[in-house]
Amino acid sequence: MSDVAFEQHAPRPAAAPPWWRRLIGFNLLAASALGIGGWFLGHWVGTRITIGMDSQLGTDQNDIATFMGFLFAVSGWLIGLGFLNYPLGRMLGRPPSLREKEEEGPGRYFRLCTDHKVVGMQYFVTILLFFLIAGLNAMFIRAELLTPKEKLWNANQYLSLVGLHGTMMLMMMSAAILGPFANYFVPIMIGARRMAFPRLESLSFWLVPPAGLILLSAVALGGFPTGWTGYAPLANTARAGMDAYLFAFALIGLSMTIVGANMLATVLTMRAPGMTWTRLPIFVWGVICTSVLMVLAAPVLFATLSMVALDRTADTSFFLASAGGSPFLYTNLFWFFGHPEVYILALPGFGVVLEILPVFSRKPLWGYRLAVAGMLGVTLLSFMVWQHHLFVSGMNADLRPFYMLTTELISVPTGFIFLNGLGTLWRGRIRFTVPMLFAMAFFSNFLIGGLSGVFLSDVPSDVSTHGSYFVMAHFHYTIMGGLVFALFAATYYWLPKMTGLRFNETLAKIHFWGMFVFFNFTFAPLFVAGMLGMPRRVSVYSSSLQGINDFVSVSAFLLGLSMLVFLINLVYSTVFARVPAEANPWHSRGLEFQLPTPIPVRNFERTPVIESGPYEYGVPGAPPVAALGRPAVAGGGGSSP
Amino acid sequence: MSRGARLLAVAGATAVAVALVAIYVADFLAANPTPLRAAPAPRGAQLTLQTVASYGHDPHPDWVSYLARDGSGKWHHTTIFKVPAHALVRVTVYQYDTATGLRNPFWSQVRGTVGNTMTVDGRTLHALPPDDASHTFAIPELGVSVPLKGVGDNAPNQCSVAPCTAAQAHTTVTFTFRTGNPGRFRWQCFVPCAASFVFGNGGPMQSIGWMDGYVQVV
Amino acid sequence: MTSNLAPAAAPSGEPHIRRLIVIWVVLSAIGVALVVFALGPHMPPWTFSDEARDQRNINIMLAALATPVLLAVWMALVYSIVAFRQRGVAIVDGTPIHGGGRLEVAWIVVTTLIVVSLAVAGTAALFGTTKGAGGGQGPDPLAVPHGSLPPLQVQVIGQQWAWTFRYPAFGGVETTQIAIPAGRVIALHVTSLDVNHSFWAIRLGVKADAIPGSDNVAFVRPRRPGSFRIRCAELCGLWHGHMFTTGLVLTPAAFSSWIRRQVVANAAATRTLPPYSTHYFPEPLRRAG
Repeated sequence: MSDVAFEQHAPRPAAAPPWWRRLIGFNLLAASALGIGGWFLGHWVGTRITIGMDSQLGTDQNDIATFMGFLFAVSGWLIGLGFLNYPLGRMLGRPPSLREKEEEGPGRYFRLCTDHKVVGMQYFVTILLFFLIAGLNAMFIRAELLTPKEKLWNANQYLSLVGLHGTMMLMMMSAAILGPFANYFVPIMIGARRMAFPRLESLSFWLVPPAGLILLSAVALGGFPTGWTGYAPLANTARAGMDAYLFAFALIGLSMTIVGANMLATVLTMRAPGMTWTRLPIFVWGVICTSVLMVLAAPVLFATLSMVALDRTADTSFFLASAGGSPFLYTNLFWFFGHPEVYILALPGFGVVLEILPVFSRKPLWGYRLAVAGMLGVTLLSFMVWQHHLFVSGMNADLRPFYMLTTELISVPTGFIFLNGLGTLWRGRIRFTVPMLFAMAFFSNFLIGGLSGVFLSDVPSDVSTHGSYFVMAHFHYTIMGGLVFALFAATYYWLPKMTGLRFNETLAKIHFWGMFVFFNFTFAPLFVAGMLGMPRRVSVYSSSLQGINDFVSVSAFLLGLSMLVFLINLVYSTVFARVPAEANPWHSRGLEFQLPTPIPVRNFERTPVIESGPYEYGVPGAPPVAALGRPAVAGGGGSSP
Repeated sequence: MSRGARLLAVAGATAVAVALVAIYVADFLAANPTPLRAAPAPRGAQLTLQTVASYGHDPHPDWVSYLARDGSGKWHHTTIFKVPAHALVRVTVYQYDTATGLRNPFWSQVRGTVGNTMTVDGRTLHALPPDDASHTFAIPELGVSVPLKGVGDNAPNQCSVAPCTAAQAHTTVTFTFRTGNPGRFRWQCFVPCAASFVFGNGGPMQSIGWMDGYVQVV
Repeated sequence: MTSNLAPAAAPSGEPHIRRLIVIWVVLSAIGVALVVFALGPHMPPWTFSDEARDQRNINIMLAALATPVLLAVWMALVYSIVAFRQRGVAIVDGTPIHGGGRLEVAWIVVTTLIVVSLAVAGTAALFGTTKGAGGGQGPDPLAVPHGSLPPLQVQVIGQQWAWTFRYPAFGGVETTQIAIPAGRVIALHVTSLDVNHSFWAIRLGVKADAIPGSDNVAFVRPRRPGSFRIRCAELCGLWHGHMFTTGLVLTPAAFSSWIRRQVVANAAATRTLPPYSTHYFPEPLRRAG
């Protein structure tokens, strides 16, 4: 697609149409209507084609009809948003264009918009919403665990809570940083005006809301008992809620693949002149590595879940031992995706904290090449370790030393990131801003997560810790302590640039300290609970562990409360206080902060020429990061040059 | 927007969110079959149950299920039973389903009841041929496990809609077990009896209110 | 943007580093001593069996190694926060160091050596005294421990939602409780009749997944009589959390009389069981609807 397309402006109507007229068209409203209609149509079609199929009808849960309903609903949703307009138009001979980018006004947030900044904001709000829902489920889980016997929820509801919490978090957190922040800032950081595939970018976002809603629909379908791992053959026997899990997670797999391909193409082809590989912001390197993992791992997830879906609908038996299949096939395929997925969650966090540390240490990033090597090393090794999830499964026992070695080797490149972080802080001029607090907490948390991971990688130790709360504490330290802390670091760092509004700093600090303290109070004791023999995903545990669990539950509620502080801060700062943020509140050298706030629709008036790296703080004679040509127009100007 | 309008919008959004969470908790998380108290009997209680091959009503007309009878003789679709502590609980099961057979024949023995016996249509037995079992009534934490004999495949007048009546083909199983301290114990069926599900272990076999439930010793 | 020169007040890093190393050595010595001598004796999974004891030793070793690493990073972090904090609103640049070649190489070499030696130690433990360290090794264990007696074979059968146990050496009798003799190598053959389960007896130091249609062998040698808790460690459906029971380790004499009682008490049930096999396929696949 050529940039020439930008120059073609659709003539704007002179008079504004009545407000109700603006609601009609290809937007969220039409998408919702067609989505709901699609569900009923698909379900009806599914019911028609399954007449006489005993394996479907005898169960009172027609899985084929359920899947058809989901499929039609998502198709209707996408058609309603207008994703077919452009391909159909091209087929009819219309010229290529990027008209969707030119839109202004709040309406663009509710429809297909190819402006990467709009997609970033859409992602931010959606991911936050689903994050809060998943977190609420965690509160309900901890409420049950106040007592060592089932009291609040029955066994089925408890397992559904566990599954909904885990799956929702994994689905949404996979794009928690790439969705909002990479979409928004990667093109700007590399000096581009848009992503390589703007329509695919919009598609990758618009698949997320239906995925989240479909997963939630599992509640209406009786829940699902498998947790986020969806192990077959249990998944083969589960109730219709399982279909929701399969379809929703597969949609996210699709979305992740698209995000990864798009990010890779963008960084590879659209860097501004002078943006050499060694001047690339480290965050962009994190995004590149994550994208490689997404492109290579997410399709495996899609395929695996499709195989379970086929087992449940078309009566194949990929995972049924008594019919020629193998439960090991599922666990291997799943963890071949599942372990890279762990680094899909971790690597953007590495990128964010290493991006933030130099800004608030006023120092160059220490060991830039080492950081890049670390991320690439993690990316490569993460595909060679998946069987450590299966050390006691009865897999080929000869392979265990190999996977033990590869798993422990992955701590070498991860260690690079720590050296980069500490080296950057060393002899800096450290300012304790809120993003910096989160970035430093990241190192403390991820360190504990990483060191506990060494226990799990060592087979003899794994025999006692596998499948226990030790694992659960370990991955919460890496995902919540790592990714979510990095997510909030990124939020406090970049959101003022995105919204043009400042956060209330007092509330932000309360949020940080509440989250940091109660995060550690919640998850550190769970290492002990796991070591003492408490398995994951149970609502019944030894009464001797009640003290630990009560402490954890109370801490978890307070941790939840700290999230509420964030939410209150967000609403207060953006709806009520509305204090304008400066264009470069952090005195950052980042290219994104050299632009006016709000960033114009086309980002740069003319293609910037990159003149030095982004972290040359205190370097004598370092030129500004880029020549931006004429100073960009301040204010919300926008599309006309 | 004025400050008041913004306040109103945020308050409205909060109210909607709280309402949605309340619906979620009430409709899904706290949803349980109504517990049924076993009828009082000398030295304990009397629990009267029936199993049906197909429940016959929404939401799952084709699922196998247990039902329980209250003191007035009315059948309820519940699997949560309240029984007294330190007492004898006499259980009568009217068994209307045909046999499926046990996956693990080990459960064909009667265990954990008084005398490790049951009566089937009046005959006292210690065990069933494994292939004759239609369901089991098992409370593993109390050691109770009783196989329930299925009606013959060709028996006339088979029941297909709950509640089944005395005139329809059935076997009557009785047994007595002793309760200890108060507590909440799960019970389940060990026969892979869920029709059309893989392994027979899906659907009703994994759902409280159908083939699983709680015995609340109070 | 102002790009200040390096502040003149900034000293070279040397005194900082020397101070840090001294504090780190002292704290690490205390920390490691505490881990090994105070925490060590209480470290799960204790010493009830050879396997549990080996796992405990590895746990102590890993905890002792993790302590100095944890301290090093925490201290560097805290020291930087305290020593290099910039108060007030002034934006002052730090010392522009882009990296340190020697330190980077040293870090790579040291961390690689540590993790490779950890993997070697783990592998040695896997094939060392306990042969498999109590984990499930699949149908053909690579490492089989030797004892004065051949391993006693006990089959663990997971099913939704209970554990049962079969003793092929005693006529294939099946029980709801497991008892094993102390001082003898036990070969636990773990399998499942429906979905994936995982047999976890933490005090025994055994964890082995129960996979339908597959035989997963784990070895254990309990050291003294006592009891142990068994839980399911792989999510297996509705009553996963209730899939627990208590097992017994008995003296050889007590075990003989226990198993004789089981053979007699379960004689009728044993006659109905299928012949002993290392695995069973879940049948039937579906009940007609």
